[in-house]
Amino acid sequence: MFELLGIAPQALFGQLLLGLINGAFYAMLSLGLAVIFGMLNVINFTHGAQYMMGAFAAWLMLTMLDIPFWAALVLAPLIVGLFGVVIEKLLLKRIYHLDHLYGFLLTFGMALVIEGLFQWKWGSSGAPYPSPIAGGWNLGFMYLPKYRGFVVVAALAICLVTWYAIERTRLGGYLRAATENPTLVRAFGINVPRLITLTYGLGVALAALAGVLAAPIQQVSALMGTNLVLVVFAVVVIGGMGSIMGSIVTGFGLGIVEGLTKVFYPPASNTVIFVVMAIVLLIKPAGLFGQTK
Amino acid sequence: MISQRNIGLLLLAVALVAPWFAYPVFLMTALCFALFACAFNLLLGYAGLMSFGHAMFFGISAYFFGHTVKAWGLPPELGILAGVAGAAVLGLLTGALAIRRQGIYFAMITLAFAQMVYFICVQAPFTHGEDGLQGIVRQPLLFGLIPTKDDRVLYYVVLAIFLFGYGVIYRVIHSPFGQVLKAIRDNEQRALSLGYEADRYKLLAFVLSAALSGLAGATKAMVLQFATLTDVSSAMSGEVVLMALVGGLGTIIGPVVGAFVIVTMQNYLAYLGEFVLVIQGAIFVVIVMAFRKGLVGELGEWLKRRRTQS
Repeated sequence: MFELLGIAPQALFGQLLLGLINGAFYAMLSLGLAVIFGMLNVINFTHGAQYMMGAFAAWLMLTMLDIPFWAALVLAPLIVGLFGVVIEKLLLKRIYHLDHLYGFLLTFGMALVIEGLFQWKWGSSGAPYPSPIAGGWNLGFMYLPKYRGFVVVAALAICLVTWYAIERTRLGGYLRAATENPTLVRAFGINVPRLITLTYGLGVALAALAGVLAAPIQQVSALMGTNLVLVVFAVVVIGGMGSIMGSIVTGFGLGIVEGLTKVFYPPASNTVIFVVMAIVLLIKPAGLFGQTK
Repeated sequence: MISQRNIGLLLLAVALVAPWFAYPVFLMTALCFALFACAFNLLLGYAGLMSFGHAMFFGISAYFFGHTVKAWGLPPELGILAGVAGAAVLGLLTGALAIRRQGIYFAMITLAFAQMVYFICVQAPFTHGEDGLQGIVRQPLLFGLIPTKDDRVLYYVVLAIFLFGYGVIYRVIHSPFGQVLKAIRDNEQRALSLGYEADRYKLLAFVLSAALSGLAGATKAMVLQFATLTDVSSAMSGEVVLMALVGGLGTIIGPVVGAFVIVTMQNYLAYLGEFVLVIQGAIFVVIVMAFRKGLVGELGEWLKRRRTQS
């Protein structure tokens, strides 16, 4: 009874779930990119590498120090975020006055260095990370592994907390004000350079958190973030970087679009997001939620 | 007297005798990448548009060349034409969309389109996926007049192609069209208010740059006799940015110097394997932090300073 256009419901809902999970990662990563761009005026090409570092940190903690997943979920973003703070203090800080392109090139170079070092030390084949929640629920129309359900809910919660922190709290208010007019905010006695450092650290930590969540689903490998960050760039172009909620909606939405494409026309599943990008550029060049600036 | 003209003549003389002192295939590879980097620099240095997806033009042209020569058995001249035409059409399609956004978005959009082309090349039958097109046999050029099996003969063909491409770029930069491009780069609003349709100029520059990158890609496929996924990968897009950056953006000879430096480095450090990427990344970081003008740019600055002091 349950057959849509000749597609078995298991396949349809299975791919929808996969799409939702991919979308969760797109949302978390594009959110971090948007927050960092808002404050630093830098497109953080290192985002994919920092996502990978999060996954690696969790894997290394588990295999070398026996630190379980739940502790890594807190520790790995802290460590990688701290690494981000160091990078901001040492390098990024010195190039804010230059054209945006230099930030792009600098973070691209850093991504090459980081991914190259990990690849050199640990090779490019992936290492498995055991799922921290075993088992699953049989929902009748599909089988839902518990951990995958957890990832979708957790990612949604993380996105909403980030949205709340930026749009509704005092610190978020400072942040938004400093994005608009840093000089004026400084005149009110707020330490804007520290705010910028903090923002980068948080954005990086967000990428690492996504990496830890991804570790049990994907293989942990040096290049796991390389292609992902390119897709996330397309997501950012489609959504426009103007709004936090926009990034979240676009990320999840595109994940679902990708999942559906996998069901109905599998060969296009890799390229569908780029096709959507082309269409959005034709119709609304500033992006779905963006403002022309 | 050190004048630009004399330096040019000296370099040309060096280029003419070079295959007797260095390995011709290495020189030809370097020339192909030099042309590629010059084409990229035409866009960034003179139109202010940074494409981070130029490998799509280089790579698609290499595939078109390989397919025309290997699968259809047509002469290599037609292969090069097919490659250049393919790259130009791809440039027209992606460029028309990409120029709708500016600055950093432009870089991200070109990067995304290049990734799309990469995925298409992974799946399309004519590229042979992971294997790529291997063993594209070198055919004699100009109805059999020029035998290309000999590396040194082919070297002069490649040198001629490079000089042709370089000449086109030189003419474009020094033409009224090039002046308008620079005006748009420096102040798009003012150029618009003077009645120049900025988008048409940008698109034309983009297509030109794509076609010349295609020329470089097809020539590379002819020399090395293969076209693979590496040619369309984002790593290749990054490499050409690096070459232009090392040599000096916005200088006409800079990308050539940068290409020779990077190709030489890859040649000598090949035994390091993937670690070369780490070194390339480190070069990116060092250049952005300390030598933003690149080798040629910094040298020119130094010469200028010396002249004003004396």
